[in-house]
Amino acid sequence: MEISLAAEQIGHLGPLPITNSMLLSWIVSIGLILATTFSLRNLKSVPTGIQNFFETIVEALFNLANSILDDEKATKKYFALVATIFIFIVTNNWIGLVPGVGSIGIHEGEKFVPLLRGANADLNTTLALAVVAVIAIQIFGVAAIGTFKYAKKFINFNGPINFFIGIIELISEFAKMISFSFRLFGNIFAGEVLLTIVAFLVPLIAPLPFFALELFVGAVQALVFSMLVLVFIKMAITEVSH
Amino acid sequence: MEPTTGLSPEVVKMIAAAATIAIGAIGPALAIGTIGSKGLEAIGRNPEAAGKVQTSMVLGLAFAEAIAIYALVIALIVKFV
Repeated sequence: MEISLAAEQIGHLGPLPITNSMLLSWIVSIGLILATTFSLRNLKSVPTGIQNFFETIVEALFNLANSILDDEKATKKYFALVATIFIFIVTNNWIGLVPGVGSIGIHEGEKFVPLLRGANADLNTTLALAVVAVIAIQIFGVAAIGTFKYAKKFINFNGPINFFIGIIELISEFAKMISFSFRLFGNIFAGEVLLTIVAFLVPLIAPLPFFALELFVGAVQALVFSMLVLVFIKMAITEVSH
Repeated sequence: MEPTTGLSPEVVKMIAAAATIAIGAIGPALAIGTIGSKGLEAIGRNPEAAGKVQTSMVLGLAFAEAIAIYALVIALIVKFV
């Protein structure tokens, strides 16, 4: 039973190593892009078929984002990033449960290297998502209320307590990066370890409830990540009220 | 200097991994229970605000659960690295 915390390298593109989770995230990204491009070629006013399916998803996410932001204009600005993060994470998590991911691979001497691995079971992917999200939050904040007002949230000379609160806010922005990445990584990687161990102990029937759990956890973690990004955006674009 | 008495490193590693997640999950478990109960109480008192309460409750649950996940990640690192 092979469990590796770090994603295994299966090739390289010049000096850049390519890991199995990277390969799966490419497959998922290209799959999503192709699926949406080819099914949305003839857009109809009254949607049918595949267009209806995608519109349902987009509308559900939009209503959810709207209920948190309470401002339709703002939602239209920030919805794209949040919905993309959600769809990317949930698709990667669910594709990571497909039979073959983690089990089909090559024997390199003593070790077994799977060809595919859940993209979010690699700290690199989740860290990248977290960094993108936190930087986007800063950019949205500056774009919404201006550089000076946004900087005043962190560098505040209106008295000693506010100064320290500003410093702590600054540090907490970096803590958000770590918390985002580790929450998603921990949940998905621990799920993979759980499935590996249960399948090792009782290969038939018993893993089924754990697969159901992982489906649920994958969707919940995607929702939590995107909703957290949305809530932080909401906090970043509101002015400090006195 | 190699230890001649006491527990071997492998045993300590195993105990450390198990203890990390066992103790690290106590706090988040209590926190999640409290958040859930307060959320349900709020919904019971004001069923119309159920949507808003539920959204904030799930958010709070995610933060609390993240702490347990940190402990789990440390346990996995101790065990597998």
